[in-house]
Formats: sequence, structure tokens, C-alpha cells
Amino acid sequence: MGLSLTRAAQWTTAASGVDKLAPTPMNESLLKEVLCFVEQFSSQHPQEAELVFEEPLQWSTTLVASDFKTDYDISDLDVQSPEKDNEGRPLLQLFPPTVCVRSFSQLSKLVKLADNKKMEEVQACLEENRDPVVKILGPSLDSILEKEDAHTDGLSLVDEGKEEDQGKESDVKVKLFLLLQDLDKQLLSKCLKAMDGRVGLDPDAVRNEVEMLKRYCSEGEKRVLKSVRYTSDYVFSNGCRAPPWRQVLNEICYLVIEPCDTETLYITCSTAGVFLNGGINREGEQTSDVFEDIGALLKSTSPHFAQNANEQDFEAQELPPTQKTQHVESVDAEEQGQLQRSDEQQEKNVHEKAKQQHAPNKAHDRKKYEPCPRWKNLGLVSPCGKTPAGSVPVDTFSESSSESEEEEEQSERRPESDTDLPSEYWQIQKLVKYLKETCQLAIRDVGGLEVLINLLDTDEVQCKIGSLKILRKISHNVHIRRAIVDMGGLQSIMKNLDSPVKDLKALDAETIANVARFRRARRTVRQYGGIKKLVKLLDCVPNLANLTAEQEKDVEVARCGTLALWSCSKSTNNKEAIRKAGGVFMLGRLLKSPHENMLIPVVGTLQECASEEKYRIAIQTEGMIKDLVKNLSRDNDELQMHCANAIFKCAQDKQTRYLVRQYKGLQPLVSLLSKAHNKQLLAAATGAIWKCSISVENVTKFQEYKALETLLRLLTDQPEEVLVNVVGAVGEFAQIPDNKATIRNCGGIRSLVNLLTGTNQALLVNVTKAVGACATDMDNMIIIDKLDGVRLVWSLLKNPCADVQSSAAWALCQCIENAKDAGEMVRSLVGGLELIVNLLKSTNNEVLASICAAIAKIARNEENLAVLTDHGVVQLLTKLTNTTDDRLRRHLAEAVGHCCMWGSNRASFGDAGAVAPLVHYLKSKDKAVHKTTAMALYQLSRDPNNCITMHDRGVVKPLIYHMGSDDEMLLEAAAGCVRNIRLLAQENRKAKLFH
Amino acid sequence: MSNMSAMKKRLIKTLAESISGQVELFNTAEVECLIRDYNERLGEPTSPGKGAPGLDRVKFRSILQNTFGISDDIMMDRVFRKFDKDNDSSVSTKEWIEGLSIFLRGSLDDKIKFCFRVYDLNDDTLVSMEEMYHMLKNCLPGLPTKEERDEGVKDLVEITFKKMDRDHDGRLSFSDFEQSVKEENLLLEAFGTCLPNFKRVEAFEQRVFRELQK
Repeated sequence: MGLSLTRAAQWTTAASGVDKLAPTPMNESLLKEVLCFVEQFSSQHPQEAELVFEEPLQWSTTLVASDFKTDYDISDLDVQSPEKDNEGRPLLQLFPPTVCVRSFSQLSKLVKLADNKKMEEVQACLEENRDPVVKILGPSLDSILEKEDAHTDGLSLVDEGKEEDQGKESDVKVKLFLLLQDLDKQLLSKCLKAMDGRVGLDPDAVRNEVEMLKRYCSEGEKRVLKSVRYTSDYVFSNGCRAPPWRQVLNEICYLVIEPCDTETLYITCSTAGVFLNGGINREGEQTSDVFEDIGALLKSTSPHFAQNANEQDFEAQELPPTQKTQHVESVDAEEQGQLQRSDEQQEKNVHEKAKQQHAPNKAHDRKKYEPCPRWKNLGLVSPCGKTPAGSVPVDTFSESSSESEEEEEQSERRPESDTDLPSEYWQIQKLVKYLKETCQLAIRDVGGLEVLINLLDTDEVQCKIGSLKILRKISHNVHIRRAIVDMGGLQSIMKNLDSPVKDLKALDAETIANVARFRRARRTVRQYGGIKKLVKLLDCVPNLANLTAEQEKDVEVARCGTLALWSCSKSTNNKEAIRKAGGVFMLGRLLKSPHENMLIPVVGTLQECASEEKYRIAIQTEGMIKDLVKNLSRDNDELQMHCANAIFKCAQDKQTRYLVRQYKGLQPLVSLLSKAHNKQLLAAATGAIWKCSISVENVTKFQEYKALETLLRLLTDQPEEVLVNVVGAVGEFAQIPDNKATIRNCGGIRSLVNLLTGTNQALLVNVTKAVGACATDMDNMIIIDKLDGVRLVWSLLKNPCADVQSSAAWALCQCIENAKDAGEMVRSLVGGLELIVNLLKSTNNEVLASICAAIAKIARNEENLAVLTDHGVVQLLTKLTNTTDDRLRRHLAEAVGHCCMWGSNRASFGDAGAVAPLVHYLKSKDKAVHKTTAMALYQLSRDPNNCITMHDRGVVKPLIYHMGSDDEMLLEAAAGCVRNIRLLAQENRKAKLFH
Repeated sequence: MSNMSAMKKRLIKTLAESISGQVELFNTAEVECLIRDYNERLGEPTSPGKGAPGLDRVKFRSILQNTFGISDDIMMDRVFRKFDKDNDSSVSTKEWIEGLSIFLRGSLDDKIKFCFRVYDLNDDTLVSMEEMYHMLKNCLPGLPTKEERDEGVKDLVEITFKKMDRDHDGRLSFSDFEQSVKEENLLLEAFGTCLPNFKRVEAFEQRVFRELQK
């Protein structure tokens, strides 16, 4: 009854400061219920009625000694009951005006004595004992609950077999508690019913009623009201007219109604009901009672309205039903008989409901406050009239926790009260519980994991096997894995890898395979020598014709060992450890196995390890490419994927590419492209094709299987992992002239250009490369230009990734070289030249080389060269001249050579100091550097000062050497340069002669 | 003296040949070793003429305990009864070797049959809940009070029964047992250790057959 008293009863604070029950109809009915309960208690529950309260109920009574009958000990004004408790205190004591009562039987008697004053007595009792339940049963209800818990497993609540008095008493207590709970429930549902009629207005209902009322405003005899109007014409989207800050207080709208017989009424309509307010701008002031609707308010304030409305059969016209939140008359059957904690539950329900009430007013928040369906089903309505909107603290909203959480709480709560449920109920509950993942964690939480791991340290093989069987299963759970490693379980597990019992070893390795899914675990395996032990497990011959039972077990052990190594091989250090332990040879032998369940972990491990150079070499030299190729044709997606991945990683090497072709691996790779639904497989297959196509011979072979056409179809609607590889392959295929036309004819150019707008850097590198390769075909170039591809490639120079920048710059070289009107094309890109010159400030040599190459191409157009010069290309190029990177030197020299063609650039290079370093380039070992350098020097030598510098730096000797080159351009450039130097010398001599 | 031992040897050889004809899992040489070991264990009959010649219950139990690590009273008793096929309260040479063939070399099927017969305390071809309770009653020595132990064993029996009673007829038949063990080998000795473990078997074979390995 605690809840109904605190929440449902309407308290007012009297002048004395003591809380009083307000004289409302609801309180009255509440008191009646309580009274009825007390009156009947001793006859209905004689046993419980005798229970002595923990603390007496005490209140100021109006009863006097004379009211008590003779079966009380009356002395003067005081009264005592003859019944006493264990400590000799009378169960009823009266020292006017205070009365103390210690049992329900005495309470029952008292109210009977009080006769017509009994209501007042009950009221006074409740007012002065605000928490009667605590007084009756004592504050520590927990002990009772525990007791009660123990009884729920099948035994009846009050077990008569209990001899101990203590037990008996607490049983009675529990029963009494349950009775009080029932009363509370009853009271609460009564209150809710009572409120039923008074709450639950909503904007629609108000609007309908106002429409209705407006019809009464007709002129003439039948006129019931003079006028009905809203204070505001603006309707918010949720149907309310009250301003938002008032909506928060549940107010819907304000009305001004002129009745015929009284003064104008100012009315506030809120979800809680309708009341008169203080007038315009004082809508919040409540000056009347709250009525369930406007009609009711009018009837009570305007007799004219009441009379005429009735006459006109106002009621019969059926006011649109005020929308009420659904009610369930009594609390849901399941909720019956719940104990203390179910109160909280209900309290929560009330909150939830309150939230629901808010929802319509805050349309934008609706979703957030929507109660979960379960609350709705419970159907408890909030005593909203009593809960001013503002009083629901905002943070309780966060309480609307997820349903599942609530569900769990519930399942823990039920057993306390439901004693009559069929056993199937508990069975189902248990099953559901075990289904949950959390139950695996329960093993951890109750210390079961320690037990399991301790078992591993015993001598009993059976125990170890049993323990591992469980560990193997539960180690699929990530938390369990971590827990095992945290408690050092991995070390215990690894000890068994040396066991002579094969079943044990296999289980052990399988468990390690599950546990070693995270880095710390993998490191632990390595640090405790696990890798070596695991590699040892691999020692078997898997492809014998007839295996004995023992050999079969060996193979199984090897398989589990491989599974463990596969997990471990995700760490680089472990890859090395596996290799050092001789794992590559073992894996190579297992690769001969005919069984897919063996091959998958073996190839899985190999492809994982193939990220390391040493493995790639070993895979090739140990002859594994043959087996990998063979297994490409097995009808098992996972195995095919791992094989393709292994080839993908290994085919970076030329010899491997050759071997794949040799073992006829190219065709199966192409056939894998038909499994386009399996994206992982597709990514692996396209990756392998890409790397294999780096060899031109392979591309030719691929063409026999129409690989390019298939690849081009995969340029759209694929995940990026696939696209990167497909585009990479297309880029390689495009190195062959015939394929360029194929790409064009299959619409590949458009697909590629479309991919230029992506963000994946690996993809962009490959796309620009492919576009560049395609651009070497004039017809392709026309399409690229038309599709605005050059601008897209150019804008990739702004990409933060150096690889993308350089790849884009290389592609631009091809585009500029092959475009029809390249000069115009370049000029049309606003800011493009400035962008490219600025990239000369990059610190990445590959970017610098590619940009130099691009500048060399651009500079062929004089106008563009002028712009480049304006942007300071001479100084920037000169700054780079001290590099020792031959690739950069080559393109840098080329750029310098081309940039000499404008204005005074030759002299500027000389002034900036570019000449001396260039002379030094002639000593490079790279022939390509010699050529571009000689050409640049030739250009520079047309400025006399530069000739002097070159001569001083000893340029003549190497140039004379290069004049003997096979390369005509190098030869000519060298000769031209020497000639210029020579001419200058001649001039000088002449000048000396004549002056 | 040498005559005696020569005769003994010949006797053993004949016996070994006849037994190895019936016990597949050992060859004649191995059976010879086993007979010699058996004779050693038997020693001189303490009171000749009294009872059938062979290992009596006390000797057998001590072998089970010391050599094979089977120490539970109920189990030792049941294993003895299963070895002693003719029920004459002593294990003869042949019975001993037949029993050992299951102990040392038995297939899973052999072991399932053997264990089930051991667990079927009243030999009615069924293991009832009561029998289970009887066999498991001492298996929770860690719990402090007798009530808790009893309760624990009760739970254990219930769980085990639920897991193994395949046809849900409330009794554990051989086929229930067989199916369960095949699915989960660890259930073979669910109601008590009645077979030697891997290490014991290895040690025994190594000792008895050592001359063959040379």
C-alpha cells in the first residue's frame, strides 16, 4: 500500500505543516478500501492478524476510554488490551489522544469500536503513519524476501512441516506482506479507474469538442452559448495551439467562451483536463477544478448551458470520445502477487506512461520517448493529473533502456513471486538462458574457467580432454579468449602439445587456434615456445594411400596444428618463427593432402605468410606453386580463394608468374571470375590475374580465355577490393596495343574515367595508371578528353597521397603527349599549371620525377612554358638539381632541357646554379640520365656564361665520350654542346686578338 | 631343477598356444609373457587345494589398485566379477588374459560393452538411476556436508541421465549407453574408473613385454 498512498492518494499540506489527505472523492474511496480491508482482516486471515507489528501504528484518536468495551483493561482515561506481545507490551494502548496498535486483530477491533468514526480513524492512522508497511513488517524486508526465495522451488509458501517458530513467524510475515501487496495493487487499480474519466484529453478530442460547441452558438431561441473561440489561430504540427513552452506543461490550447448567462470564461485545455484560467496571458493560473472535458466545465459554470445542452440532447450527440490511453482494468495477471521490487517496476511503468503522454506534444522527440511495446501491453496508465509535466526529471528519460535489458531484469525478478507456474515455465526459462552468449561468460564469472584450466595441469588425460572440449567451444567467445590468456591458461594449454595422447594434442591445438585470435595471445604462444611445438605437430605424411587408424590420428593432429598456426600467422613475428621452426617444408608436404579440410588451413597459413618475401621465395622454390595451381580447380570456394590469394601475393615475382603459366594456372584463374557472387573469392582471383598479367606472355595467354572482356564487365558495381585488382589488371593488359582497342570497344574508358572520382587511394593509383596506359592510343585519348578525364586526373594531383599524385602525373604525361591540341587542353585547366609547379616542392622523389616528366611535356607548348616560367619553374627545378636519385635526375634534366626554350630561362638556370650539378650527372651509371642531361646541357650551352661554367666543371671530356654513343640523340646533343663551347672559345680568342 | 623349469616352460607354451587361439588381440609370445607375469603375481598357492586355483578377490583387488589405478571399492568388485566369468571367485589364467585384452588392447566397442556390464550392478542389462546414484555417491568428496554431497550427486545423476537416456524410457539401456559414448567418448567411464588409463597401460605393457621388444 506504500505505492498507492504515495502516488495515488492526494495529499495536501495543512496549516500545521502536517500532510493531510485531501477530501477528494478518490481519497475517500481509497480510505474505504483500506477500512474494508482492515475490518475483514481478522476474520479472513486469523493467523496473520495475530502477527505483532515491528513497530506500533500510532496516531491521535478521537476515541476515548468510554468507547472501549469491557474486554479491555480500562483505568481512568487509559486503555490497554489484555493481549500482550512477547515483551509484555499490550497490543493496544490508549493514552488519550494517542493510540498505539501492534496487530491487525487489534486494528480490526478498533475500527469496529469506532463505529461511525471509523473513517476518521483510518484517515488519521494513515496520515500519521506514512509508511505503514515498514512499521508493520519492519524496515528489513530483504530477510523476508530471501526466506521467500528459498520457498519458491516447489515447496508451498507456508510449509507446515517447519517446526521452528522463527521460520513459522517469518512465513506468516511473508504472507502478510503478500496480502498488503495485494491491497496495494487493488488500491492502485481503483485509483486508476477513478482517474480514467479525467485524463487523456488530446488535441483532436479538444478540437472535435470545440467544433461541436461552436454549433451551439447559433442565434435565436436555441442558443446555448454566445461564442466559442481559440486565443490563437495558429495550430502547431502536433495539433496544439498553446505555445511550445506551455505545451511542455501538457497544455493543448486556450479558449474564450461566452455563455449566455455568466461572464466570459477563459479556459485552459490540457491533457490532464479542462479548467478555468486567470484570463488572457494568465492561462497557467488554475482558478477552477479540473474537468474531464469542456462540456463538463460549462455545465458546472453555466446553468443555462447545462439545461439547454441537456435539452438538445448534448449527450446523445455523442461527444467524440475523448481519446484515452488504453486501460487494463486490473493489473496484468502476471503482475499479481509481485513483491517489493515489482513496485519499482510499476513505478517505472508510470514513468513510461508519463513519457508517453508527453510524446504527442513534442512531435520532434516522439521517437525518443516512445515506450517499448511491452509497457503498452501492460497498459498501466499514469495518474497524469497528479504528475505535473515538469516533475518528470529529464534524466529519467534515459531510463528507457533497451528492451532486452529490461527483459533480463524481469526474468530475475519473477521467481520471487510466481510459485504456481508450471515446471515447463522454468524449463523454458532455463533453456532460453543457456542459449544466451552471456551464459558462456557465466562460466568465466563463477570461476569455472579457472577450474577448467586447473584441470589441464592434472595427470588425468580424461580430465584434460574433457576440459579442452569445453574450452575449445567457449573460446569462440572473445571475452573468454581474453580471460583464458589473462589467467595464464594459454601456457597450461600449450603444455599438452607434447603429450603422447594424440586426441589430446589435436584438441589442444584446436583450442589454441580459437584462442590465438588476438595479438597478445599470439605473442604468448610464440614467447612460450608454442610455435615450435605446433610446427612439430605437422609432421606426418598426409597423402598415403591406406592410412592406419594411428596415421589417421596423426593427420588429424597435423590438421589441428595447422589451424593453430593459421591463427598465429596473423602476426609478423610468428610468421618468421614458423619459418625458422621448419614450418614451410611441413606445410609444403601437407599441401599434398587430398582433403579439403586439411588444405584450407594449410593454404590459409601459406597465403597469410606470403606477405613476407622469404615465404614467397620458399613457396616458389619448394615447388608449391604447382599444388596451389592444382587446388585452384577444386570446387571449394574457400580453398580456391586462399590459393588465389597466395598466387596474388607471390606473383609479384617474375619466376612465379612464369610457373603459374607453366602449370596452366591462368585458365582456372579466369574461370573463377564467373563466381562473381563471392566477393572475397573474386577479389583474390582478380588480384592473382592482375599480378600474373605483369608478364606480357601471360597477358597473351589470358587473351585466349577472353579475360579482358570479363574483367571490363567487372569495372562497375563491385566492392573496392575487387575494383582495385580489376583496374590493376586492365592497366597491365592495356600495355598491349590490341587490348587498348578492346578496352575502348567494351566501354572500358568510360568506366575507368568514372572511377577517377573515387576516394580509395589504391584504386586511384591503379585507375590513373590504366587511364595513362589507355591514353597512348589516340582514339582512346579523344574519348578521355571528351569525358573530361584529363581534368579529373589533373585534380588528383591535389590528392594527399604521394602515390596517387605521381601516378596521376605519369598519366598526364601520356595524355598531354597524345592529345590533339594538348596546349589548349592544358591551358583550359584553370590553376593547373600553378598546381603542377608547386608540386616541385614535394619531398617524394617519385612525385618529383613524375612532375618533372609532366613539366617536360607541358613545356613543349611555348605559351604554357611562359606560364610555367612565371610560376618560377626555373628556380624550383634548380633547387632539385643536387639529387642523387637517377630516376629523378633523368626527368629533371629533361624538364630543364625543355624549359630552356623560353626567354632568358637559359641564363636564369645558369644564374641559379643549375649547370654545375647537371655536368655531374654525366658521371651517373644510368644511360637514360646521360641522354636527357646531354640534351639539357646542349640547350644550356647556348648561353655563353653557362658554357664557361660547364667548361670549368670539366664537361668536355665526358661529352666527347658520349659523342661516340650508339644513341643518335645523345650523340647529337653531346656534339652540339661541345660545338657551342668550342664556338665560344673561338670567339674569345678572336676577341682577345682584336682587343 | 632344470628339468622342472623346462617342463614348466613347455607347459606355459602349450597353454599360451591354446589361449592365443581364443584371444585375438595378443600373439602367442605376448600371451606367454602374460602367463609368466600372471604366475608371478599368483605366487605359490597359500593353501593348496582350497578353492579353485587363480587370483582371488584380494589379490585381484590389489593388482587393480597398484598396477591399473582402479581404486574405487564398488568398481574393483565389479571388475573382479566381470573378469571372473565362471563365477568361481577366482580369476584363472585364461580369464585374466581375456580381461587384459580389453584393458590393454580393447577397441572402443569392447570397452563400451565391458563398462556397461560393470555398471549394470544387478546384471539386469539396464543401469537404473538407483545404480547410478550408488556408483556416484562418493564422487563429490569436496563438498562440506553430507546433505550437500547427496544433493550434488542427485543433481549429477539427473544431468547424466538426461544426457544419456536416448529413448527417454527412464532407464539406461546398452544402446543408450553405446550411442552416448560414441558421441562423446568421455562418457565411457561416466560412473567410475574401471579401465586403466593410457600411462598405466603403457607402463604395464613395457614391463611385461620388455623381453619381446629387445
